[in-house]
Amino acid sequence: MSVALVLEAPAVSRAAARCAHCDAQLGDPAQRFCCHGCEAAATLVAGLGLDAFYRRRILSPGTLRPEGQEEDLSAFVTTSDGVSRLQLHVEGLVCGACVWLVESALAHDRDVLRARVNFSTRRLRLEWTGGPERAAALVGRLTALGFRVAPFDAEAENDARARQERELLRALAVAGFAAANVMLLSVGVWSGHAGSMGPATRELLHWVSALIALPAIAVAGLPFFRSALRALRAGRTNMDLPISIGVTLAACMSIYQTAAGRPHAFFDSAITLLFFLLIGRYLDTRARGRARQAAQQVVALATRAVRILLPDGAVQVRRAEFVRVGDIVLVASGERIPVDGVIARGATTIDQSFVTGEALPQSVDIGAQVFAGSVNLGQPIEVATRSAGESTLLAEIARLMEAAERAQGRYVTLADRVARLYAPVVHVAGALTFLAWFFLFEASAEEAVMYAVAVLIITCPCALALAVPVVQVVASSRLLGRGILLKSATALERLSQIDTVVLDKTGTLTCGRPDLVAVCADTATRAAIDPVRTASGLAQSSRHPLARAMARAAPRAVAWRDVVEEPGAGLRCTTPEGEWRLGSRVFCGVAAKLALTHASDERLELWLVGPGISPVRFAFSDALRRDAKPVVAALRARGYEVRLLSGDRAHAVEAMARAVGVEVWLADCTPGGKARELAALAARGRKVAMVGDGLNDAPALAAAHASLSPSSAVDIAQTAADVVFQGDGLAPVLETLDLARAAQNVARQNLVLAIGYNALAVPLAVGGLVTPLVAAVAMSSSSLIVIANALRLARKEGRS
Amino acid sequence: MNSLLILIPLAVLLGLLGLAAFLWALRSGQFEDLDGAAQRILLDGETPSLPATRRKT
Repeated sequence: MSVALVLEAPAVSRAAARCAHCDAQLGDPAQRFCCHGCEAAATLVAGLGLDAFYRRRILSPGTLRPEGQEEDLSAFVTTSDGVSRLQLHVEGLVCGACVWLVESALAHDRDVLRARVNFSTRRLRLEWTGGPERAAALVGRLTALGFRVAPFDAEAENDARARQERELLRALAVAGFAAANVMLLSVGVWSGHAGSMGPATRELLHWVSALIALPAIAVAGLPFFRSALRALRAGRTNMDLPISIGVTLAACMSIYQTAAGRPHAFFDSAITLLFFLLIGRYLDTRARGRARQAAQQVVALATRAVRILLPDGAVQVRRAEFVRVGDIVLVASGERIPVDGVIARGATTIDQSFVTGEALPQSVDIGAQVFAGSVNLGQPIEVATRSAGESTLLAEIARLMEAAERAQGRYVTLADRVARLYAPVVHVAGALTFLAWFFLFEASAEEAVMYAVAVLIITCPCALALAVPVVQVVASSRLLGRGILLKSATALERLSQIDTVVLDKTGTLTCGRPDLVAVCADTATRAAIDPVRTASGLAQSSRHPLARAMARAAPRAVAWRDVVEEPGAGLRCTTPEGEWRLGSRVFCGVAAKLALTHASDERLELWLVGPGISPVRFAFSDALRRDAKPVVAALRARGYEVRLLSGDRAHAVEAMARAVGVEVWLADCTPGGKARELAALAARGRKVAMVGDGLNDAPALAAAHASLSPSSAVDIAQTAADVVFQGDGLAPVLETLDLARAAQNVARQNLVLAIGYNALAVPLAVGGLVTPLVAAVAMSSSSLIVIANALRLARKEGRS
Repeated sequence: MNSLLILIPLAVLLGLLGLAAFLWALRSGQFEDLDGAAQRILLDGETPSLPATRRKT
C-alpha cells in the first residue's frame, strides 16, 4: 500500500530526475530515491497518510536527506503521573511543512498527548502516556524522516531569560500606551499655551496625564530602578542611576506643578523617555537571547547520552554528568569518547586532535589511556572510567578557563566608562544650577528647584543610553544573519581593539575532519569504473568518519543496496558480478607487496577491491579550509599580526604555516602552554584574538582578549569563545573583525552626538528656558538621530 | 468643553482595552513562536484531527 502512495509523490514530474524525498539530483533517472534513508522516509510519510507534506514544502534541495541516527534518549525523559515529557532540539526544520510533518507524525501515535514545535527556537515539546522507554520509538520516527534531534534541558537560566524578556515587553507595552495618551494630552496643553485654553482645562488635562503616567512610570520604570539600586548597593554608578533619578524627579516635580496649578508639567517627558529606553533594552535582550539560543543549540546537537555496560551485561543509558569512576563506557565506531579512562576491551584507532591538536590518529590497545573528546575511528571499545569530576583533563581545562575568565570579567566597556563619569557630572550640574539661581540670582527656592530639575530631565541620558546598545543590536543581528553568533555583550568592543590574531591549526585552519585527498588507481581500473563514485556509493550508508568523507567526495553518487558493515573493518556488498569491499587494508586482502609501496604514507587510507579491478587506495587527510589562505592574507593586509599556535608536531605545523603564509608559529603546545603564550603576548601590550576549536584551545580562548570558535568546535571551546561562527570557511573571522571596528566607530560617533546634544541643551536648562515642549522635542530628536546613525551599519551590508 | 469629560475617559478606556488585549496575548504565550505562527497559518484546515496538539497553557 505504502509503495503505491509513494509513487504519487510529485518529484517524478520534474524534468530532471530528483529524489522524491530529499530533492537531491539523481544520477540515474530510473531511480526514485537517492538513498535507502530517503526511501524509508518516504515510505514512512506515505504510511502515515501524510504525503501532503510533499505538496506543501518549500525547501531547498538536499536538506532533508536522512542519515539515520540511533539514539536512546530515555535518560533525558522526565516522568510524572504516568506522563513522560521530553524536550528536543530539532535540526532540519525548513518551513511550516516540516513543523506539520513532525507534529503529525508524532501525533499519529495514540499515546502522544502533545507534540508542539516552536519554529522560532527549533524546539519540540513532547508528552506521552507511558514510560521513558517509548522515547526511542517516537524519536526514531523523526530521525527516520531525516530530522536530527538532540535532547535539551529546560535550564533555569534559560527560563529566567525568557521571563526577563517577557517582563521587558510588558513594561514596553505599558510605557507605549501611556506615552501615546499622555503625549496627545500634552499636545493639547502646548497648543493651549497660545492663550485659547483656560487654566481649569489645563489643570484637568494635567491631572488626567498624571493619572495615566504615574502608574505607568511605576511599572515601566521597574527594570531601571532595580538595576540602579543594584549598582548603588555595589557602590558603583551606572547609566540607570541618572535615568531613575531623572524620571523620578520629573514625576515628582510635575505632581507639584499640577497641584499648584502651574503651567508646566513633565509627565510626557518622563514616560516617553522610559518608552524609548525600553525599546533599546528589549531589542538588546532579544538579539542577545537569540544568539545565545543558537549557540546552545549547536552545543546541544553535540551532546550525546553515554552507554554504560553494567556488571550483569545489561546496557544502561545515562547522561554524561551521571557517569562515575569505574563505570564501563561503550564507545561505538565513529563516536566521541565521553570520559577520561583506560581501554578495558578492544583495540582501535582514535583521533585525539580535539584534545592534543595532534592530527594523526593513534593506535590504542587495552590499558591505554584515553581522554574525553577523542573520536573512536576503529572498532567499538569499552572504556573503564578512570576519573570523574574534578580530576579529569576536562575539569583541569575548565579550571584554567575560569582563571582566565576572571581576568576578562574585569573588562569595562566604553559605555560604562562614560556612565561612571556621567552620573556625578550631571548631578553636580543640577546642584550648581540650584545654588546659582538661589544665591546669585535670588530666585525663590521653588523656582531654583524647578530649574535644577529641568537640568536633570534634559540631561537624562536617553540618547546616551541608546547610543551603544542600538549599535550592538544592529551589529549582532547582522552577524546572526551570516551565521555568526555573538555571545558576550562586550565582545564587539573587545574585538575592535584587536591587533594580533592567533590561529589554532587542527579544526580551525583545517576542517578538523578527514577529507579525500588522493586516489591511487591504475589506468585499467579507471577505465572500468569511476573509483570515487563507486566507493562513495558503497560508503553512503555508513557513519564511520572515513566513510562519511568518502561519501562527501561524491555526494550525488547512487547509494548501493544491501551493503553490510563490519564494524572496525569495512563495508562489503555482494553483486551478481562478485563481491565489493571498501575498508582497511587487511579487510580488503590487499597484497603486502602493493601495500608496501604506500608504507611511508602516514595518511589515513581506505582500499576498494571488487570484481575485475585492481585494488584502489584512497588517502585522507585533514584538509585546509578552502578560504584559509586568502583570509590570512586579508588579515595581514589589514595590519593584524597573524600567528599559528598548535599542539601538533613541529614539521606538520611548519608546513601548514608555510601553506597559508603565516610567519610566526609555535608547535607542541599543551593547553596550559597556549594560555601562557597568550598571557605573554598580552603582557607585551598585544590585544590578541584567539581562534580555536579544540579542548586544548579552551583555556587560550578564555585567556585571549577576544575569542572566536567555529561551530564544529567541541562544546567547551564554544562555551569559552565570545563568538561562534557557522559554515565551512574562515571568512567569518574577517567579517567579525571588520564589523567590530565599524560598529565601534559608529558607537563612538553616537556617544559624541549624545554628549553634543547635552552640551547644547544643558545651557538652555541652566538658563531656565526649558519647557516641557522643548524637553520632548530635544529628547525624541536626539534618540532618533542616534538610532538612525546606528542603522547605517545594517545598510553597509547591501554595499559590501 | 464638557465633551472632554466624556471623550478623554473614552479615549483612555479604548487605549486600556488595547493594552489589556496585548498583555493577555503576551501571557497566553502568543509571542513565543512568531516564525511558527507565520508558517502555520498556511497549513491550518488540513491538519489531521489532533486533539492532543491543542494548546493547553
